[in-house]
Formats: sequence, C-alpha cells, structure tokens
Amino acid sequence: MSEQTPVLVRNVSKTFKDVKALDDVNLQLDSHKIYGLLGRNGAGKTTLMSILTGQGFPDAGEVKVFGHTPFEHDGTLSRICFIRESQKYPDEYKAFQAFKAAALFFENWDEQLAQELIADFNLPLKRKIKKLSRGQLSAVGVVIGLASRAEVTFFDEPYLGLDAVARQIFYDRLVEDFALYPRTIVLSSHLIDEVANLLEHVIIIDSGRIVMDEDAESLQGAAVTISGKAEVVDEFVADYPVIHRDSLGALASVSIQQRLTPAQQTEAKELGLDLSPLSLQQLVVRTAMGRNVLASHQDQAKERTSWNA
Amino acid sequence: MIDDSKPIFMQIAELIENDIFSGVLAEEGQVPSTNEFAAFYRINPATAAKGINKLVEEGLLYKKRGIGMFVAQGAPERLRQKRRQKFNDQYVQPLAAEAGKLGIEVEELMDMIKSAQPIIDVGPGGSHHV
Repeated sequence: MSEQTPVLVRNVSKTFKDVKALDDVNLQLDSHKIYGLLGRNGAGKTTLMSILTGQGFPDAGEVKVFGHTPFEHDGTLSRICFIRESQKYPDEYKAFQAFKAAALFFENWDEQLAQELIADFNLPLKRKIKKLSRGQLSAVGVVIGLASRAEVTFFDEPYLGLDAVARQIFYDRLVEDFALYPRTIVLSSHLIDEVANLLEHVIIIDSGRIVMDEDAESLQGAAVTISGKAEVVDEFVADYPVIHRDSLGALASVSIQQRLTPAQQTEAKELGLDLSPLSLQQLVVRTAMGRNVLASHQDQAKERTSWNA
Repeated sequence: MIDDSKPIFMQIAELIENDIFSGVLAEEGQVPSTNEFAAFYRINPATAAKGINKLVEEGLLYKKRGIGMFVAQGAPERLRQKRRQKFNDQYVQPLAAEAGKLGIEVEELMDMIKSAQPIIDVGPGGSHHV
C-alpha cells in the first residue's frame, strides 16, 4: 500500500493561537505523480508541507509517510525533501557545504545532476550562502530539491527571485529528471500558469481546507467563460454551476464550471455568445475567491436535483 | 501550442496526428519517446504517455519492445478517412448554417465553392498562397 500511496493525511487540524491553519484535512499523495498545491498566501500550504515532512506537528489527526509518522522516523526523513520558500542554512555555510550536507543526508542524492544544475544556474560555490542573491538562494534550493531525488519532494514557492530563464531551466530539468526517475513531487506555486502543464493532480487549499482535489486533466476545459448580451448569457448559464459573474452595461461575462459539449458550443455561438476556456490559474482564482458563490450554487444544484427527482 | 480548451493528452494526440498526416512523421518511422515529447512540450510525462497511448489504441502508432514507438503502415490513409468523416460536421454543417443566416442560396453557395476550385486542386497548404 505504501508503495502506491507514500503520503496519507487523515483528519489533520492545526491551530496557531486563534488561526485555524489546517481544518480537518484529508489527502493522499500517490507515487510517481507531480502535484500542484495551490492556494492564497496563508491558506495553509506551508503548514501542511511542514507537518508532512516532520517539521511540524498536527493538533489532531494523523499523517503517515511511507507508513510511518514522519517526525519519529529517521529512515523516512532521508526519503523526503522539503525546499522551503526561505530555506535557512547555517550562517557560515558556503554553497558547496550545503550541497555536501545534502549529499550525505539524502540516500538517492545524484552528484552528477547536482553539478549539472549548479552549472545551469551559474552558482558561485565558494560564496557564503547569506551573501547570495535571492535568486541564487532559490537556485540552491532547486539544486538540492532535484538532486536529492527524494521519493517525496516538496517545493514551496521555489522560484522567488529567479528570472524567467532560470525558472524555465527549473521546469525543464524537473520534467526531464522526473521522466527518468519518477517520484512524488509537490509544487506549491503562485505562478500557476507556468506550472499548469506539468501537473498531473491539483490540490487547492483555502483557509486551511481542501477545496479541490482533482486530476489536472479533468480540470482542463472544465470551466468556461461565456460572454455576450447579459440576458442571453444568463439564460444560457441558468442550468450550470456559476463560479463568477462580471457585467458591464448590457454585457455580461459569466464563468461556469461545466464542460460544454460540441453541440452546446455550437448553440452558444449561434446565440452570438463568446466562449473562452478558463485557465487553471483563473479557475484557482475563481475557486478561492468565489468559494461562497460556489457553495451557494452547489446548494442550488442540489435543489435542482431534488426538483428533477 | 498547448491551450486550455481541452485535455492536454488529446492535444498531444492531435499534434502527433497532424505530423503523421502531413508526413513529418513517416510511415514506419520512429516517433520521439514519451519523455522527449514531455520535455519538448513541457508537460507531465504521464500526460504525454496518455496521448501516445491513445494513438496506439487507434492503431496509428505501434510499439517495438525495447526500441520505441513507430508510425503504423497505412496510418496517413486511415487519418485521411477519419478526417473525411469529420469533414461534414466540422466544415460543411457550419458553412451551411452561416450561409443560411446570410441569406446565401444553395446555387450561390455552390458557385462560391466552385470558384474556390483552384485552391482545392492545389491541395493541403496551397490555400495559404491565395
């Protein structure tokens, strides 16, 4: 079982003073998949990853990584890698010392990959880490995260300060290495459009709760924005779950969480409506911002079901 | 190249289909590996594999164990048949619907199609030069 499901989270809650950082989270991460852990700042992403990597404790609930509670088990920790957004290193460490320590710690460490990545990012090995630029600091984390080849690897906003070229190097190297050495990778990111195509599964967290846990494929084209004359748009979307509505004078633009069939698309076009698919980023924004809207529409959907019944 | 309109694996399958149809990928020629597709399009390798498997299931690609993936004999012809079947739905029906809206009579429409004949004769790609 643990081969298929390296990470299991059951009813996990965590409160900081009066803030509920995680609220009854249930989750499982399978092997050989790239996950996107998405959500706003303060949604609970980092708290969740800390608990999964044994760097934090849940107040309630249970976490199993490779069948063990992570913070109690040494053999587990060397198979998990967590690259934090602002990863701390010992004050006097130089970059090469950080890599040396990582090489000793992670059982699957690949030195050749590390050297290639160091060259890719042009990292000054003999400079003290605290003297590195923000981008170089992020690059150190990316090198460790990829070269660790840990069976479960978490990247928490790994790209701060990295320019577009360096980020592309990260994504390319990630796909390339994942293809050769499949493992569980969790990417927490705000730059959703940049990583959308890399993800196999998407988890959206909002105010400590998991609000979406779906295969990326099922989200592709799963929501669409329909715009045109307000009354025509509203009539067209009447039967679908609406996640967002904008209007401008007599025009309206409404996003619905519904995959339209070719016939429905043709019908919309014949009514003079414009259709445009929602990107994953737009869907996340709409879902996180419009959760109440979504919930109320789900209630409406239930009502409709009961009418139909 | 990749957009949000439909699942990525379907888009990958379509991109490969286009290359088979146009001859960029030759019959019995080897196609790039799943990992090469994933790296090239910067997509998840599982997604690339799914797109390729769709074409394997349709018999357009086949696997040689330990060597790789190849374009099946007759694949371009099979694609041509498949596309001819879709041609009516995809082009003729919308054409007729739009012509109806604009009040274009059947005769007039036929004349228009006939006047497009030189483009039709030139074949794929020829229409770009009009």
